[in-house]
Amino acid sequence: MSRHIIAHGVSRRSLLQAGAGLAGGVLLPTFSNSAFAVGMAEKPPIGTWPAGSQGDTVNVAAAVPRTGTYAVQGEDELKGWQLAVEHINNGDPLLKKIAPKVSKGLLGKKVNLLAADSGAKPNDAVQEQQRFITENKIVLMTGSTSSAVAVALNKFAQREKVLYVTGISGSNDTTGKDCVRYGFRQNFYGETAANAIGPVLVKAYGKNKKAAFMTPDYTYGHTVTKSVNDYLSKNGGWTQVTNQVSPLGTQDFSQYITNIANSGADVIINVNWGRDAVLSVQQCKQFGVTPKMQMVIPYQIPFLAKETGPELTANVYAATDFWWTLEDKYPLAKMFVQAFDKKYGYKPEWGANNAYMSFAIWARMVSEAGSFYPPDVIKAYEKGETFPSTVGDVHFRKEDHQLVRPVIIVKGKAPKDMKNKEDYWEVLEVLPGAPLMQKPDAFGCNLGDYT
Amino acid sequence: MINWPNFVSQCFNGLVLGALLALISSGLTIIYGTLGVLNLAHGAMFMLGGYAGWLAYSYTGSFIVAVIAGSLFVMVVGVVMERVIIRYFYGRPHEDQLLVTFGLGIVFVEAVRFFFGSLSKAVPPPPGLVGITPIGFMFYPTYRLALLGIVAVALLALYIVLYRTRIGMIVRAGIEDSVMVDALGIDVYKVFMLVFGIGAMAAGFAGIVNAPVVSIAPDVGEAILVQTFVVVVIGGVGSFLGAVLGGLIAGEIISITSMFNPGYSYVMLFAAMTLVLVLRPYGLLGTAGRE
Repeated sequence: MSRHIIAHGVSRRSLLQAGAGLAGGVLLPTFSNSAFAVGMAEKPPIGTWPAGSQGDTVNVAAAVPRTGTYAVQGEDELKGWQLAVEHINNGDPLLKKIAPKVSKGLLGKKVNLLAADSGAKPNDAVQEQQRFITENKIVLMTGSTSSAVAVALNKFAQREKVLYVTGISGSNDTTGKDCVRYGFRQNFYGETAANAIGPVLVKAYGKNKKAAFMTPDYTYGHTVTKSVNDYLSKNGGWTQVTNQVSPLGTQDFSQYITNIANSGADVIINVNWGRDAVLSVQQCKQFGVTPKMQMVIPYQIPFLAKETGPELTANVYAATDFWWTLEDKYPLAKMFVQAFDKKYGYKPEWGANNAYMSFAIWARMVSEAGSFYPPDVIKAYEKGETFPSTVGDVHFRKEDHQLVRPVIIVKGKAPKDMKNKEDYWEVLEVLPGAPLMQKPDAFGCNLGDYT
Repeated sequence: MINWPNFVSQCFNGLVLGALLALISSGLTIIYGTLGVLNLAHGAMFMLGGYAGWLAYSYTGSFIVAVIAGSLFVMVVGVVMERVIIRYFYGRPHEDQLLVTFGLGIVFVEAVRFFFGSLSKAVPPPPGLVGITPIGFMFYPTYRLALLGIVAVALLALYIVLYRTRIGMIVRAGIEDSVMVDALGIDVYKVFMLVFGIGAMAAGFAGIVNAPVVSIAPDVGEAILVQTFVVVVIGGVGSFLGAVLGGLIAGEIISITSMFNPGYSYVMLFAAMTLVLVLRPYGLLGTAGRE
C-alpha cells in the first residue's frame, strides 16, 4: 500500500494532438487520374463524376441520425433507403412503376448504400459526407431528419457538385432561401403543412381561438410555426398567446408547459419533433393541460402514436406525408406497404416512405438522363415531368426543386376505434399539393449554377 | 409583469428539477472528490438505472421492485466497473480517465440501444401517484410532487451514510487526503470501490425514479450529464452539501428564467456558473485546494 494512490499531471496533450493530425490526414482529398479518361471534351469532370460511376458499382451515402433526439426516425429512414436500393438492384415491379427504365441496377451498375450517424448535427453530417466523397466517390448524398442538416448538406452539395436529396426536412428554407441547384426535396414542408391543416383547424375549433405554440429552436421549428401562425391569424382570426421555444433534445418540458397552462390558450400547436414531441406530448398530459386544451401536430412525427400510446394522440389533428392506410387509395402505396411490412415486420411510417421515394425518384431521373453526369440528372428533374408515386401523380417544380405532391390530413384514433395495433391514424383528407404551395420565388430561392 | 401562479409553478418545477440534479450530482461529486476520477459515464449510469428499472417493471408490474432493481443493478455495474477498469486508472493522468469513462459511457448507451432500440420506454407512476393534485391556486402532477419527497429521502439517506457512519467518515477522510487514510492502515481501495458503487447507485436511483416523468431512451443521460457538471462546479467539487445546494440553484435558475424567456435559461445557468468560478473558484461549499 505504499504505491502512489492517485498520481496526476503527466500531459497527454501531445498524443491527442498527434491523433488529431492523423485524423486530419485521412480527410485530405485524394486525386484520381481516371477522372480525365472519359468525356473530357464536352463534359469536364465535376464533383465525383466520372470517377464515381466508372466501376460496376455506384456508391450513395446517407448521413442519418442513429443516436440522439431523432434516432428513431433516422433508423426508419434508413430502412426506406435500404429497401429502395434493394428494389433498384432487383428491378422490383414497384420501383419500375416509378422509374420504368431501371432494370436490375442503374445504368447497368449496382447501387451500394453507405450510412453514417449524423446525430442530427449539421457539422457531423457534412464531415461524414465529405469522407464518403473522398473515400467512396459517392454519386448521391442523402440524410436529414433535421432541416438544419438538410440546409447544411444543400450548401455542401452545391459546393462539392454532388447531388443531394433530402431525407425528412420540414423547413421552408430547404427549398426556399437555402435552395440549391444540386438539392431536391420530395416531402411536404411548413408552408404546405400550414395551408393544409389550417382550414381543418378553423373548421374544427372555430374562429378567434387562442393558440399556444411549442417550437424547437432551429430553422424547421421557426418556419413551421410562422407558416401555421400566419395562416391561422389571417384566415381564422386566431391569436398566438405564447410561443415556447425549446432547444433540440429538451427532456423536461415542465417550464414550457407551465407557461402554456397559464397562457389561457385553447389549442396547443406542437411543432416539436422526434423524441422532443414524444416527451412534450406525454408531459402535457402529466400536467393536465391536455385534453383540456386541444393538441395539434402540424408536422407529423413517425412513431409518435406508438411511443406515447394512442390514448395521447386520440383526436389530435396532424398533417403528414404518408400513412399506410392510403394503400386502400393508391395501388403503389399498397405495393410499398406490403414490401416494407414483409421485409421489416411492421407498417411503414412516413419517414421510410419518403426515403424510399427519394431514391426511387433519383433512379428515375438518372435512368431518364442516361448518365450520372450531375447537370444531366438535374435537368431530368427540372423537366418537371409527371410521374407516379405512392400518393398519386407528382412532379418537380424546376424553379425551386420542390416536389409538388399532396399533403395528408390525419386524426388520431381512440384505442377503441383502432382496427389493429398499427391503426393509429384516420386519413381525413388528401389535399392536392399545388394550391398549398407558395410562389416559387416567395421564400427567396435562387438555385445557383450547374457547374 | 409577473404572473404569480406561473411564478409559483415555475418555482415548483425548479425544485423538482433541482432535487433530481442534486441527487445525480452528489454521486458524481463524491466519486470525483474521493477517487479523483471524473466519471463521464455517470450520465450512462443514470440511463442504465432507468432501463434496469423498466425491465423489472415489465416483469413484475411493481414500481417499488423497479426502483430497487434499478438502483442495485447500477451499483453492481459501478462496482464491477471500478474493480475491472477504473482502478487501473487511479495512477494515470486525468486525460486517460476521461477517455476511459467517456468510452464506457458510449459502450453502455450503444449496448442498450442494441438490445432495446431507440423507441422511448415509459414507466407509469405507481398507482395513487397518478394524475394531478390541486395545491391552492394551481394544479401540479402528483408524481412530480411525490418525486420531491422521494429524492429528499434519498438525499437524507446519503447524508446519514456520509456524515453519521464510520464508513462515511472514512469516505470523507478519503476526499480530504486519501494518502493519509492509506497510511493509517485503512484499505483505501475498498473504500474507493464502495464510493464508486454508492455514487453509481445514486445515479441509477435517479434514473428510475425520473422515468415516469421523462420516458427513457438510450440518450437520456447525455443532456443531464452536462447539467450535473455545472451543478458540481457551482456547489464545489467533492462537497455533498454543495451538490445539493448547486442542484437546487441550477433547477431554480433554469425554471424561473424560462418564465421570462426559455431561450435564456441555459445562458443564465452558465452565467451563474461563471460568476461562481470568478468569485469562489472552488465552488459555493467547496474547499480551496481540493481538486
